[in-house]
Amino acid sequence: MSQPAVGAMPLDTDQSKRLQHAVAGLSPAQLQWVSGYAAGLAATQGEPLHAGIAAAPTADRQLTVLFGSQTGNGEGVAERLVATARSRGFAARAISLAEFKPSALRREKLVTFVVSTHGDGDPPDDADLFHEYLMSARAGTLESLRYSVLALGDSSYVNFCQTGREFDARLAELGAERFEPLVECDLDFDSLAAAWSGRVVDQLEALIGEAPVAAATHLHAVQSPPVHGRDSPFRAEVLTNQKITGGGSSKDVRHIELSLEGSGLRYEPGDALAVIAENPPQLVDELLQTLSFDGAETVSVDDEPMQLRTALASKLEITVLSLGFLRAWADHGNNDRLRSLLSGDDRQAITDFVTTHQVIDVVRRIPEHVEPQAFIDMLRKLAPRSYSIASSPNANPDEVHLTVAAVRYEAFGRPHWGVASTYLADRVAEGEHVQVFVEKNPRFRLPAPDVPIVMIGPGTGVAPFRAFVEERAEHGAPGDNWLFFGDRNFSFDFLYQLEWQRHLKQGNLRRLDVAFSRDQREKVYVQDLMRRHGGELWRWIDSGAAIYVCGDATNMAGDVENALLDVIAKHGGFDRDGAEAHLKELRRAKRYQRDVY
Amino acid sequence: MGDSPVTDVERIKAASRNLRGTLLESLEDPLTGAISETDTQLSKFHGIYQQDDRDVRNERKRQKLEPAYSFMIRARIPGGLLTTSQWLALDRIAREYANDSIRLTTRQAVQFHGVIKRNLKQTIADINRAALDTLAACGDVNRNVMSPPLPAWSQVHRQVQRYAEDLSAHLTPASGAYHEIWLDGEKLLSTEEEIEPIYGATYLPRKFKAAFVVPPQNDVDVFAQDLGFIAIVEDGEIAGFNVTVGGGMGMTHGDTATYPRLGDVLGFCRSEEVLAVAEAVVTAQRDFGDRTNRKHARLKYTIDDRGLDGFREEVERRSGVSLDTPRRFVFVANGDAYGWQRDDAGAWHYTMFVQNGRVSDVGDRRLLSGLRALASRHTCELRLTPNQNLIVSRVVDGDRDAIDGTLREFGIENEAHATNLRLNSMACVGFPTCGLAMAESERYLPDLIDELDARLAELGLEDAAITTRMTGCANGCARPYIAEIGLVGKAPGRYTLFLGGGFAGERIGYPLLDNADETEILDALTPLFARYANERTEGEHFGDFVVRAGVVPEISHGSEIRAG
Repeated sequence: MSQPAVGAMPLDTDQSKRLQHAVAGLSPAQLQWVSGYAAGLAATQGEPLHAGIAAAPTADRQLTVLFGSQTGNGEGVAERLVATARSRGFAARAISLAEFKPSALRREKLVTFVVSTHGDGDPPDDADLFHEYLMSARAGTLESLRYSVLALGDSSYVNFCQTGREFDARLAELGAERFEPLVECDLDFDSLAAAWSGRVVDQLEALIGEAPVAAATHLHAVQSPPVHGRDSPFRAEVLTNQKITGGGSSKDVRHIELSLEGSGLRYEPGDALAVIAENPPQLVDELLQTLSFDGAETVSVDDEPMQLRTALASKLEITVLSLGFLRAWADHGNNDRLRSLLSGDDRQAITDFVTTHQVIDVVRRIPEHVEPQAFIDMLRKLAPRSYSIASSPNANPDEVHLTVAAVRYEAFGRPHWGVASTYLADRVAEGEHVQVFVEKNPRFRLPAPDVPIVMIGPGTGVAPFRAFVEERAEHGAPGDNWLFFGDRNFSFDFLYQLEWQRHLKQGNLRRLDVAFSRDQREKVYVQDLMRRHGGELWRWIDSGAAIYVCGDATNMAGDVENALLDVIAKHGGFDRDGAEAHLKELRRAKRYQRDVY
Repeated sequence: MGDSPVTDVERIKAASRNLRGTLLESLEDPLTGAISETDTQLSKFHGIYQQDDRDVRNERKRQKLEPAYSFMIRARIPGGLLTTSQWLALDRIAREYANDSIRLTTRQAVQFHGVIKRNLKQTIADINRAALDTLAACGDVNRNVMSPPLPAWSQVHRQVQRYAEDLSAHLTPASGAYHEIWLDGEKLLSTEEEIEPIYGATYLPRKFKAAFVVPPQNDVDVFAQDLGFIAIVEDGEIAGFNVTVGGGMGMTHGDTATYPRLGDVLGFCRSEEVLAVAEAVVTAQRDFGDRTNRKHARLKYTIDDRGLDGFREEVERRSGVSLDTPRRFVFVANGDAYGWQRDDAGAWHYTMFVQNGRVSDVGDRRLLSGLRALASRHTCELRLTPNQNLIVSRVVDGDRDAIDGTLREFGIENEAHATNLRLNSMACVGFPTCGLAMAESERYLPDLIDELDARLAELGLEDAAITTRMTGCANGCARPYIAEIGLVGKAPGRYTLFLGGGFAGERIGYPLLDNADETEILDALTPLFARYANERTEGEHFGDFVVRAGVVPEISHGSEIRAG
C-alpha cells in the first residue's frame, strides 16, 4: 500500500462504515474506552505508529495565530496573517489571547504570537492571564510546539516590547522550537509586520509537511493506568486555587483546578470528586488544649499506632458532631442533662443540637476528664468530602475543577470551619497536592446530545452545569441549554460570569436567567424566575427537555420542586395531583435529575 | 482622505436613530453591568460614560467576573451656575447613587462616579428633577458652554452668562431619545420625521467645546476651546465679541500628526450675531471635519487643513455675518482669584479652593458635608469655576461672617490647606475610573505638589503662583499643555513634562522630558526653580522665564510639538 496522503482518512469506505456502525450509540465514556482499546491493540502489534496515520486531523495541521494588544493593532496583524495563509491554501485561525485557554497550548503544534506591551513593560489586558500562565510552572513542557513571536511596542518606553520578548524567551525555555526569530515593532509596525507574516507563510509548507506524531500523550494515558479509588486515592497537584467571589462578597467561593495527569482517573460531567481533607490545625490545637492533651501521646486508630495529634489532624472527624459521640460523651461523664436530651422525645431538639455544635463545642461546654485513647474511640473516622465536578474532561484534559464555598463562621464565641472547604481554600496552595478519587454519579447524566436541558443551580450548585455546558460545547451538541442561576449580589457573587457570557455569545447557552436576592428590596430566587418564565419553561419541558437541579437540599431543592409543580400545573393544565404524577413520570424517564446535598 | 472609510463611531451614530441605539435593551440586560459596545458610544451623548474600577480589573478577571462596571454621569451646567437647592439635589444623588463625592470639572460641570447600571435611570431622572440635565455633556456635540464665574462687573457678567445659556440651548440636540430613554417620555413610532436641524443624523465629527470670556481674566482658557467669544467691554457695556476658533488640547502619544492647538481670533462680531456665527462654525465643522479619523477630527485640524482665511469665508457665507477686525484685549491670568471678592454692585463672592475638583469628606476636611451645610443655611448662589473650584456667590455684606464660620466648622477654608502652587494646580480624574488613564493623576498630584512646595520653600519661593496641571493621558482634560508646568501621563509613574506654557493660557508649553518619573521631574525642576529665584525679572511668571532663559523654545503653534 502506498503511503497515505498526509492527513487523509486511513480507512477505506467499507472500513469506515463498519467502524461507524460499531461505535454508534456509545456514551462518551465508552468511546474513550474504545479509543484506549484500539490504541492498546496497536501497541501489542508492536509496529511503530505511522506518522501519517497518527497525525490528528486538521487541528494539528493548521497555523494558530494568537494575538493580544490594547488596541486593535494586534488583531489586525493577526487577521492579515491568517488571510495570507488561507489565500495560499493553508488552514489558519486567529484567536485572541483572552479567548484562548492557556493550557490548550500543549495541544498546539504551530503557533505565532502577535503581542503588544503596554505601560511599564506589562502585557496587554487581553494577554495577562495567558502571560501569567506561560511564566508559571504550570506551562509544563512544549516540545512539540513550533512558534514565532511578533512583538508590538513603543520604543519611547523603557521596557520596549517586553511582553513579546518574554514570550519568545519563555517558549524556548519550555522546549518549543522557534521557527522564525522574534521581530520587534515600533509604532510604525506595518512594514515589519508584513515582512514577518510573509516569512511565516513562506515556511508553512515545510512546517506543516513534516507535522510530528500527534496525540502521543493521549496514547500513553491508556497504558495500564494504576487504579485510584477510595482505598488508593490519587495525589492530585493543585493547579489553581482562585477566589471567584468579588471583593465585596459575603462569601468566599473558590475555583479549584487539580491535575489528574498520570492518574488514569476518568470522570464524566455529573460525577463527583471525593477529597480527603485534613482538619484545621487551629482546631486540633484547641481540642488538645481543652482536653489537657499534649498531642504527642500514642494512640491507636484501626490498630495502627500514631501520635494523638496526627490522629486528630487527619484520621478522625472532629468538626461534624455525631450522635454516637454525643452518647459516648454523655455516658463517659454521667451527664444527666445530655442523657435526658438524647433519650427524650424531642427529636428536633437533638437535631438542632447536633447541627449547631461541633465536637469542640461539646467538650468545652461539658468538660470531662478523658484519656486520649478513650476520646479517640468515641470519634468517627474522617470521611472524604464530595464535590460535584465543575469541569468537562474533554474540555479540560487531565484536569478536574471544583467550585468550593469556604465554610467559616462564628458560633459559641469561637470560629468554626468546614473541614474540606477550608482545607481546599486555605491549607493547600497551588503546587501542593490533594488526595482525591472519583465518585461516579450515574443518576446525574447528560441526555442525548439533541435533547434540550434546563439546569437549575444556584450558588455552588452551578458547578456540574459548568461541566455540562463545557461538555456540550466541546462536542457541538445541538440540544439547547437553559441555566437558572442565583446568589446574593450581582456584582460579587455571579459565579463564572465571564464564562457564561462567553457561552451565550458562542451559542453554547441558549438562555440564562439570574436572580440576585440582595440587590433589591424584595428578595428574588431562582424559583421566582422559574414561575416568572413558566410559560416558556413549560414549552421546553413539553418539547422533551430534561431538568437538572443541583445545590442545597435543605431549602432550595424543595422550593424549586414546588415551583416546577406550579409551572407544570399552571401551564400544562394539570391539577396538583396531575402535576405531581407528571413530575414523577419525568423522573422515571430520567428527565428530572437532582444532585442535592 | 476622501476615499477613506468613515470611522466606526460614525457608523454607530448613523445607525442610532438619533442617539437611541439599543440603550433601552442594554439597561434591561441583567447578565452584565455593562451596556452594549455600540451603546457605550451613544451613551456619551446622554452624558454617560461607561467605566470600570481599574484597581480591581485584573483581580476580577481572575475571579471570572466581568470588570466592576459603573458609570460616570456628567451634568451640564452652562457657566457653572447653580442654586443652593440644585446643589442639595446633587449632594443627595452623590450619597445615594454615586461614590459619596461630586467631581467639579474643568468645564464648570459636575460628574458623578461609580453609579451602577441598575441605578442609572433613577440618577438621571433625579438630576432632571433638579432642573439640570446631562444631555450633550459628552459626545460629538457642543458640550457644556463655559462662562466666567466671578461676576466682577455684575451687569456684564450677567449678560455674558445669558449668552452662554442661549448658546447652550441653541446647540442642544433636538432628538427625543433622551426623554424617551431616561424620563419615560413618549416613544416615537418612527424617527424618520425627527430632524436634528443643526447637527443632522451623524452629529459632529468629534467633540466641540465653546466658552465665553471677559478679559482680563482668562479663567475659561478661551484658547483651548473650539469656539470662543471674548467679550469686548467698552464704557461698561458689551460692544461685541472677538470670535476664536480652533483651540483644542487633545493629542496622542507617539502620533506626530496630533497636537494641542490654541484658538485663532477669527474676527469681531456684534452681540446679536453670536448665535448665527456659532451655528455657522458648528455646521462648517459638521460638513468639513474629518469623519475618517477621530484623531484628526477636531475643528483645529479642519482649520489647519483648510486655512483660517478659507474657514472665515465659510463662516461668513453661512452666517451672513461679515466679521470685523478683531478688537484689542489683554489677558493676565487663567487662574481663579481666591477668597472674598466684591463685585461692582457690592455683593460678595468667596472662591473656595477645591483640590482637583473633588468634593468629598476626607478626614477633617469635610467638603461634601460643608457645602451641604452651606447650601442649607445661607442665601447665596454657587458657581463652578473652570479651574475646578467653587464660588459662594452673591453674598450680602452681613452674611460673610456666618459663611466664614461654616467654612471653618467643616475645615474647608482656603487658608487651611493651600499654598499658591497648590491653588494653581489642577488634575484630571485618571485612575481608577477613567478608561483612558495611563498614569495616576488626581490621586498623585497632591503628593507631587508637596514635593515641589518643599523645594520652592527652600528657595524662598513659597509664594510663587505657578500653574501646574496633570493629566493621566494625552487627551488633556486638565489643559496641561498650556500650563507653566504640565505633566501628561504615559505609563504608571511616568509623565511627559511640558514647560513654558503661559500664565494666562496664551502659550503652549514645550515637552522637555519624556517618560520622566518623579525623581527625574524633580531633578529637572529644582535647578530651574533656583535659577528662577535668582534671575527672574519683576513680576515675571515661571513659564515666561523658562522661555526667556532659553530653557525651552517658545511654541507658537502646537504642531511644532513633535515629541510623543
